[in-house]
Amino acid sequence: MAVETLPPGTAGAGLGSGRGRILSSLRSNPLGITGGVMLVAVVLAALLAPVLAPYPPTEVHFDTPFQRPLTEGFLLGTDDLGRDVLSRLLFGIQTSLQVGVLSVLLAVVIGTPLGLLAGYSRGFDAVISRLTDVTLAFPFLIIAVGLAAISGPSLGNAAVALGIAQIPTMIRVVRGETLRIKESDFVLGARTMDASPTWIMLRHVLPNATSAIIVQATVIMPVAVIGEALLSFLGLGIQPPTPSLGIMLSDAQQYIFRAPSAAIFPGIAIAAICLAFNLFGDALRDAFDPTNTTRK
Amino acid sequence: MGRYVFTKLWQSVLTLVLASIVVFVGVRQLPGDPALAMAGEEATPEQLAAVRAEMGLDQPLVAQYLAFVRNMFRGDFGESTRTGTPVTELIATTLPVTLWLSAYAIVVAIVVGILFGVIAERFRGRWPEWVANAFALVGLSVPNFWLGILAILYLAVTLGWFPASGYVDVLSDPLRGLYYLTLPALILGTGLAAVIMRQTRASMIETMTTDYVRTARAKGLGRGRVLVRYGLRNSLIVVVTIVGLQLGGLISGAVVTERIFALPGFGKLTLDAVFTRDYPVIQAVVLIITVSYILINLAVDILYSVVNPKIRVGGAN
Repeated sequence: MAVETLPPGTAGAGLGSGRGRILSSLRSNPLGITGGVMLVAVVLAALLAPVLAPYPPTEVHFDTPFQRPLTEGFLLGTDDLGRDVLSRLLFGIQTSLQVGVLSVLLAVVIGTPLGLLAGYSRGFDAVISRLTDVTLAFPFLIIAVGLAAISGPSLGNAAVALGIAQIPTMIRVVRGETLRIKESDFVLGARTMDASPTWIMLRHVLPNATSAIIVQATVIMPVAVIGEALLSFLGLGIQPPTPSLGIMLSDAQQYIFRAPSAAIFPGIAIAAICLAFNLFGDALRDAFDPTNTTRK
Repeated sequence: MGRYVFTKLWQSVLTLVLASIVVFVGVRQLPGDPALAMAGEEATPEQLAAVRAEMGLDQPLVAQYLAFVRNMFRGDFGESTRTGTPVTELIATTLPVTLWLSAYAIVVAIVVGILFGVIAERFRGRWPEWVANAFALVGLSVPNFWLGILAILYLAVTLGWFPASGYVDVLSDPLRGLYYLTLPALILGTGLAAVIMRQTRASMIETMTTDYVRTARAKGLGRGRVLVRYGLRNSLIVVVTIVGLQLGGLISGAVVTERIFALPGFGKLTLDAVFTRDYPVIQAVVLIITVSYILINLAVDILYSVVNPKIRVGGAN
C-alpha cells in the first residue's frame, strides 16, 4: 500500500527476464513480503489444521465452557460448549480458504473465456455486456438468499453465490486486457499469417492476460473470504457443526459479555487472511506493472 | 448527450426485463407447490385444480410472466404466507429504516473518505498519509460485521456512548433517531469510506500532476487552494461512480448491520423470510432491491455524463 513508486532502477534493470524482474520487485517491497509471509502462514494453518489443532473442532467439553485464553490445555480458551477456540479457528480458516478458492475458480473459469470473447468480437461483446449487467443487478447477498431459498444454505451454495457475483468484474478485466493485446503488433502479425481467432486468443492473448487475471484473483479472494464469513454469520452459508469463522462470530455474539475473546479471535483471523491477500495482491500488481506509479 | 442517455435507458430497460425473468424463473425453482400449500395437504385433485386456476398456475408460462409483471407494476406483491399481511405493508414499514441507515452511512463514508483522501495526498510521504493508508487497508480487510460486534462491546456497553441496539423513527424524533443510527451507520460506512479514500487519493495524485495544475501553481495559487479547487472537484466525479458501484455491497452490508444492531429494517425482513420460507416476501424483496439497484445505476451513469463530458463523447461503454 505504501510504496508509491518503485525504485527508478527496477523497471529497466531486469527487462530481459520477466520472472526475475517480478521476483526482485516483490523482494524490494516490504509490504509485499509481509503479505507473502502472512499468506504462507495462513495457507499452512489451513493445510495443517488436522495436525496443528489440539482437539477435533467439534469436540465438546461440557465441564469447561467459557475458558479464558491461555488456560491450561486451551491456548485461546473455549466457547459456550467448551469447544477449543484454537482448533475451531484453524479449521475455520480452512473452510474460509476452501470457499475462497472455489469462488475464485468459478469466477476465473467462467469469466476468462467470456472476457476473451467479449474483447475479441463486438457481437459477443453486446450479448455478454447485457449478461454482466443482469448479474450486477443482483447484489451477492441476494444471489445467496435466492440460492439458499432454492436449495438450502451450504458451503457449495455460498461459494457459487460469491463466485457468480465476481464473474462480471473478471469478465471486465479480461475483456480490457484482450482489447489492449489484440491491437499489438504480434497479434497483427499472427493475423496476417492467417491464424484462427481461437488460436490467437489462446496462444497470444490469454498468456499475456494471465498477470491481470492473477491480480484480479487476489482481489476476489479477500472479498470471498469476508463474504463467506458474512453468509455463515447470517446462517445462509456454512451450516454447523462445520467450523466457520462466521459461525464462530455469530455464536460469540450471543455470549459476548461472558467471553469477549471468543468474538475477537475469529475476526482477527478473517482480517489476517484478507490483509495477506490485499498486501500480496498490491505488491504483485506493482511487480507485474513497473510503469504503474499510482495504484487504483 | 441525448443519444448517450437514450442508449443507457434502453440498456437499463433490457436489464430490467432480463432481471425480472431471472426472478420469475428463480421463484418457480423454489421447492414446494404453492397451490398445495394454499389448498392444504388434504385437498382433492379437483380442489387443487381449482386453486391452481385461481392462482393462474394453469396458464402458459408466458401468460404467467405477464401477470407477474402486471402485479409488480400495481405494487401487488401478494401476502406473506407466514402472517397473512400484505407484502406491500411489510415493505412500507421496514424500507424507511434501511433507507435512513444507508443514507446516513453514505454521508459518513463520503465525508470520512474524502477527508482521508485529501490528507493522504496533502501529506504525501509523511505520517498522516500512513495513518490514512492504514485506515483504508483496515477498512478493506476487516469484515464490518466484526467491527460492529466490537463497537457494541466497547463503544456501546463498556463506554456507554451509544445505544447497543434499537430503532427510533427518524421522522418523528430526528435527534434520537439519528443518535440510535449513528453507530450502525459508522460501521456500515467503513468499507465504503475506505474505497472512496483510495480512489480520491488516486484521482488527486493524477490531477495534481496535470499541466493545468502546474499552470495554476505557477500563477501563484497555493497548494491547498489547488487541492480543493482542482483536485477535489475532479475526485467528486470518482466519488459519484464509486458510491453507485458500491451500492450492491452497501445493501448486503445493511442486511448484516441490521442483524447485529437489531434494527427492524429490510434486511431483517429478508432474513426472516428466507428462514421461514416466506416466498412472496422473498420474491418482492429480491425484485425491489434489483430494480432499485438498476435504476440507481442508471441515475449514476447519467449524472456521471453530466459532470464528465468526456464520457458522452466516448460512447456508452
